[in-house]
Amino acid sequence: MITPLLGEAWDSMHANRMRSVLTMLGMVIGVAAVILMVAIGQGAQQSVNASIQSMGSNLFIVLSGSATTGGLRMGMGAAPTLTTGDAEAIATLPAVAAVAPLQPGTAQVVYGASNWSTMIAGTTPDALVVRDWPVARGAAFSASDVRAAAKVALLGTTVVANLFGDQDPVGKTIRIKQSPFVVVGVLASKGQSLNGQDQDDTILIPVTTAQRKLFGSQFPGTVRLIMVQARSAALMPQAQSEMTALLRQRHHLPSRADNDFDIRNLTAMASAAAQTTRVMSFMLGAIASVSLLVGGIGIMNIMLVSVTERTREIGIRMAIGARRRDILRQFLLEAVLLSLIGCFVGALCGIGGAVAVHYLARSVVVITLSSVLLAFGLASTVGMFFGYYPARRAATMQPVEALRHE
Amino acid sequence: MPTSSLIVLDAVCKRYETAAGPVSVLRDIDLAVGTGESVAIMGPSGSGKSTLMNILGCLDVASSGRYLLDGQDVAGLDHDQRAHLRNRVIGFVFQGFNLLPRISLLDNVALPLLYASVPERERRRRAQESLQRVGLGGFEAYLPSRVSGGQQQRVAIARALVSGPRLILADEPTGNLDTQTSHEIMTLFMGLNAADGITLVLVTHEQDIADFTHRHVLLVDGRIAADHLLGEATAARVSP
Repeated sequence: MITPLLGEAWDSMHANRMRSVLTMLGMVIGVAAVILMVAIGQGAQQSVNASIQSMGSNLFIVLSGSATTGGLRMGMGAAPTLTTGDAEAIATLPAVAAVAPLQPGTAQVVYGASNWSTMIAGTTPDALVVRDWPVARGAAFSASDVRAAAKVALLGTTVVANLFGDQDPVGKTIRIKQSPFVVVGVLASKGQSLNGQDQDDTILIPVTTAQRKLFGSQFPGTVRLIMVQARSAALMPQAQSEMTALLRQRHHLPSRADNDFDIRNLTAMASAAAQTTRVMSFMLGAIASVSLLVGGIGIMNIMLVSVTERTREIGIRMAIGARRRDILRQFLLEAVLLSLIGCFVGALCGIGGAVAVHYLARSVVVITLSSVLLAFGLASTVGMFFGYYPARRAATMQPVEALRHE
Repeated sequence: MPTSSLIVLDAVCKRYETAAGPVSVLRDIDLAVGTGESVAIMGPSGSGKSTLMNILGCLDVASSGRYLLDGQDVAGLDHDQRAHLRNRVIGFVFQGFNLLPRISLLDNVALPLLYASVPERERRRRAQESLQRVGLGGFEAYLPSRVSGGQQQRVAIARALVSGPRLILADEPTGNLDTQTSHEIMTLFMGLNAADGITLVLVTHEQDIADFTHRHVLLVDGRIAADHLLGEATAARVSP
């Protein structure tokens, strides 16, 4: 029953080629928009998620507080109140899994004829645990390296590429601010951070080495920040209050005094970012769906014209025995066929567009089967929904009146 | 005279509501047509001939009165059941042929079988047979616009015949045709009437067309003004 009807629907579309194509164009644009927008939205989501993943999970950053010097209030982290001792004390807290102090600085690095300016981070081996950062080649420096303030370095891949090219850097000696450092390992690539920084453009060295030998400070033993990983997401509030109490005690703060440090929940910030992207992704899809709706209205419009034009044909069909449901089915099928063909072309356009965006704008796009299926589902629903009214109008015509129609 | 009545109209009226008030198109029509009869309904324009045909063909329903088709009261049927009667029991032939212009002659003829859910192969076979019967074997693939008016009307007859109806209703079937073609069409009709016993009811203005049939019903102002059964002399024209 369906096959000959399909043929008829095709014939009728073929007879009004221009009109059918224009009607489909609405669906093509709608479906292409949905697929493209969902692809872009999901791509954004995926890159945000990847960045969050690269940051490490259940993460806090403890910054030293602001300093006030002669009425001039400096920014957060200016006062050298955090020490490696603080970091070690935090590590003993029950809700805390791993702790790594961080003393960053920028320096020129030289190997042979190449040189490169990069971020040097003085830290402990636990930094790799906290940041969930594996070593690709060689090995991480050890706790004894930290105790001994050894001149050893772990390189990020960007640094390796700029200093060594294709050579294996492990075991080689580089110079940081004229001091020789032995390269003990290479970090796995992490890519961009949430705010677009290249996380691989860095060198990790023992925090003691950074404090004593590289970036001399008038406050020995202080660090800029401490990275803390809680044991689980559920333990994050507990970890935060434990840390606050501990640090206030260690810094001898009277009960009325403000904290001279700042604890930031990076995971909460990251999930806020992820939430934002999700909402944006949803909005993009919703806006694109509106064009699908407009396409559907186009189909309804054309089907109404078609039903009016073919009133006599409907009359003839009824006179030779077509039931109402036969007529309904015929026009509904035509509307669905219009929207499905439009949808198919639109899916191709949308996927093509997404691929073009990927190559031209260098942004991540994700085309999932589910987004294509969603578009097809929407399109046939739209076809059914907007095809139903005209088809019903055709089916409920009185045969005599339909036959009388010129 | 046939024994059983295929069509029985009992005090059938048809009224339309218009802005100027109700208009009666058919008034108290009593008519019985037996199986195998051939009837010409004649009358001036506006006498209600076409309305009567539409009611007989289950395309329209009477305002009052009873219409029994093969003993079944049509008034009690729903849309689908009336569609079923149009599909299986009645074959309709129109003045304007009413073929679907975009599909081939064979597909046109096969269309009623589509609505009867006959399988594809069977549809083609029966449509082909039906076309051969009206003398159009070999024209299967043509579009309606490619053949003459007389041939189109033959296709319409083939379409009416394809589902094996017991009754053929023809509303001025020769109104758009020249005299010679008209007579050919009538000969075809009467052949079907004689050979297959298909009951034939047709509407016509023209006496020579009506003279092919056995019975003339004259309709004036929605009433039956005369109902003549004709002798063998006229009926003999069927197969000279």
